[in-house]
Amino acid sequence: MEQYINLAHGDGGELSHRLIRDLFVEAFGDGKAAMFDAAEITLTSQQIAVSTDSFVIKPIFFPGGSIGKLAVAGTVNDLAVSGAKPAFLTCGFVIEEGFSISDLKIIVSDMANEARKTGVSIVAGDTKVVERGSADGVYINTTGIGIYESGIGCSLLFEEGDAIIVTGSIGDHGVAVLAARGELGITVPIESDCASLNRMLGEVLHHSGGVRIMRDPTRGGLATTLVEIAEDFHITMKINEIDLPVKEEVHGVCDLLGFDPLYLANEGKAIIIVSNEEKEKVLDIIREFPEGQDAVIIGSITGKQKGQLLLETPLGSKRLLNRLSGTMFPRIC
Amino acid sequence: MLEILKQSNNPEICKPLVEAVIEKAKEFQQKFGRKPAFMEVCGSHTMALARTGVKQCLKEDVNLISGPGCPVCVTDQRSIDAMIALAEGEDRIICTFGDMMRVPGSNKTLLDSKIAGKDIRVLYSPVDAVKIAEENPDKEVVFLGVGFETTIPILTLMIGEAEKREIPNFSIWMTTKLVEPVLRFLLDAGEVNLDGFLLPGHVSIVLGEDSYQYLVDEYRISGVITGFETAEILSGIYKGIELALHEKIAIVNNHPAVVSKTGNQVIHQWFDKYLTECDEAWRGIGIIANSGLDLKPEYDQFNAKKRFTVHVGEPRKTKCRCGEVIRGLISPTECLLFGRACQPMNPIGPCMVSAEGSCAAHYQYMRESF
Repeated sequence: MEQYINLAHGDGGELSHRLIRDLFVEAFGDGKAAMFDAAEITLTSQQIAVSTDSFVIKPIFFPGGSIGKLAVAGTVNDLAVSGAKPAFLTCGFVIEEGFSISDLKIIVSDMANEARKTGVSIVAGDTKVVERGSADGVYINTTGIGIYESGIGCSLLFEEGDAIIVTGSIGDHGVAVLAARGELGITVPIESDCASLNRMLGEVLHHSGGVRIMRDPTRGGLATTLVEIAEDFHITMKINEIDLPVKEEVHGVCDLLGFDPLYLANEGKAIIIVSNEEKEKVLDIIREFPEGQDAVIIGSITGKQKGQLLLETPLGSKRLLNRLSGTMFPRIC
Repeated sequence: MLEILKQSNNPEICKPLVEAVIEKAKEFQQKFGRKPAFMEVCGSHTMALARTGVKQCLKEDVNLISGPGCPVCVTDQRSIDAMIALAEGEDRIICTFGDMMRVPGSNKTLLDSKIAGKDIRVLYSPVDAVKIAEENPDKEVVFLGVGFETTIPILTLMIGEAEKREIPNFSIWMTTKLVEPVLRFLLDAGEVNLDGFLLPGHVSIVLGEDSYQYLVDEYRISGVITGFETAEILSGIYKGIELALHEKIAIVNNHPAVVSKTGNQVIHQWFDKYLTECDEAWRGIGIIANSGLDLKPEYDQFNAKKRFTVHVGEPRKTKCRCGEVIRGLISPTECLLFGRACQPMNPIGPCMVSAEGSCAAHYQYMRESF
């Protein structure tokens, strides 16, 4: 018989105990830590990165992933683009009363699989159950700790001529999730790019000292992330519209519905700004990985001081790109 | 077809086209001592011109003026206030295109009402509104029917569905607009000097090439029916300049793959079955007789205006010049509010909100500071 979460699963009693023992500890595999109020971890470096993210995506299952996979990959990527090696994760669940336990099992198993693949340990967790109607299915927060290795990282020292690399096609996640909500009225054969990038990005940092910065262009898309970099570091960047990797299906949906792929969310892509000398080497490393095989150079740093992002259209005219403003999207991460 | 569309944006094709248009425009300028001027009637053209960089490339040589073809932008303030007031009623689900959510009413927006707890849903596929009504029999479901000839067929489709499925709690708040009456208004007013119109490809699929003959016969002005890809727009402008240069007046169908002489007859039958002409109020213009379509009286049960009473006061007055923007009298940057008090996140007028609005196109794609 189908089983559902009820309020007692979150009240700290017998049902809570069983849920933690039989589901979470079973999947995440660290029973010892579950006996205490806090997990004890040993760090191999004094310099660490900490990142936290909450996941409220609707629908919780979508082509190419689930809220579980996303909750691990999302935080892992935040650590990885910061130049750290993701090592530990905690997870907090807020579950709506009536949520299917079999769905919860799939979500937890997706988290465990993704954690295994990326080499991070899920060391602490928490479960709360709220009344029906007080949440929408399940929300997950993950906090991650990453370790900085000495001599490995991003320099944040930008030069004119630095290349801007994106590790693959943009907008896949945004379109896949919109289509999965069934609200577009069309079927789009596209999967979310949801993936952990830590191994690929780690490899890049280990083999190139020319990386200036790495970011993952999630909500707000490629353009918003690049605008933030341009403004934060007072550099002018130019990207070429014709070089932007956009799948035909994504183009089609954008044309039909008036979206711009530059502003659609990605969950398995990174932007890497790298010195002109090292760009080909970095590109070769990225393309060795399945999640980076479509990586391309989309533009370069053209100047300092101004803090703006320019797009060169196929016609050769330039326009200023700004942050995503005023457009409304449903919950996508 | 996809291959053709892709080629339409191929720079190897488009760049020489830009040069050809500029050359033609210079020829025109030599002959007449001024730049050729065209109005793109449709908001989708406005956006495409800005996004693709065509407007930027031609700014020195061709005067491209945005016209009254953004449906949200031309909607009268009182009508917007009425739709926002409609959402205040109890036990209602308001369904709308996303554009409408941030359009400023005199006191609030639909988004404000949604945040305050009203059930307002943005639909990508409008026919879903009928399904929502079926699934919520205890609620009144109202779709906000804002649009031109491109949207109106979908509205009739929805009425057809609701009629077939006998859904009693579904209705549409009709504030539709027609292209011909507003073009006639602009030409009669004589406020803008034009060498021709760029006519919208998608509206023309519905209306057909012949429907524009009045431009030639009564107003002695040309029109080029044009698609929305870069090469299509450029070749449309080229043909427009060529006509003007040789002082010829004609309707040119530059989108013949999809636009026929007489339009889509099935859609015309739907219009005849469900709809009747009505007077509509336009922002910055006022009422234009027979410039919209409303449901025929026999479909009153689906007509939200007949089913619900809303009270709105006098619209709040602002310094917004959207009314002049949509008539082609000023460019967005000539409005004092543009980019300062009026921005996409904090719009004063609808042209800054809509995905087809001239001010939004300018703000998003044409602000220069490099």
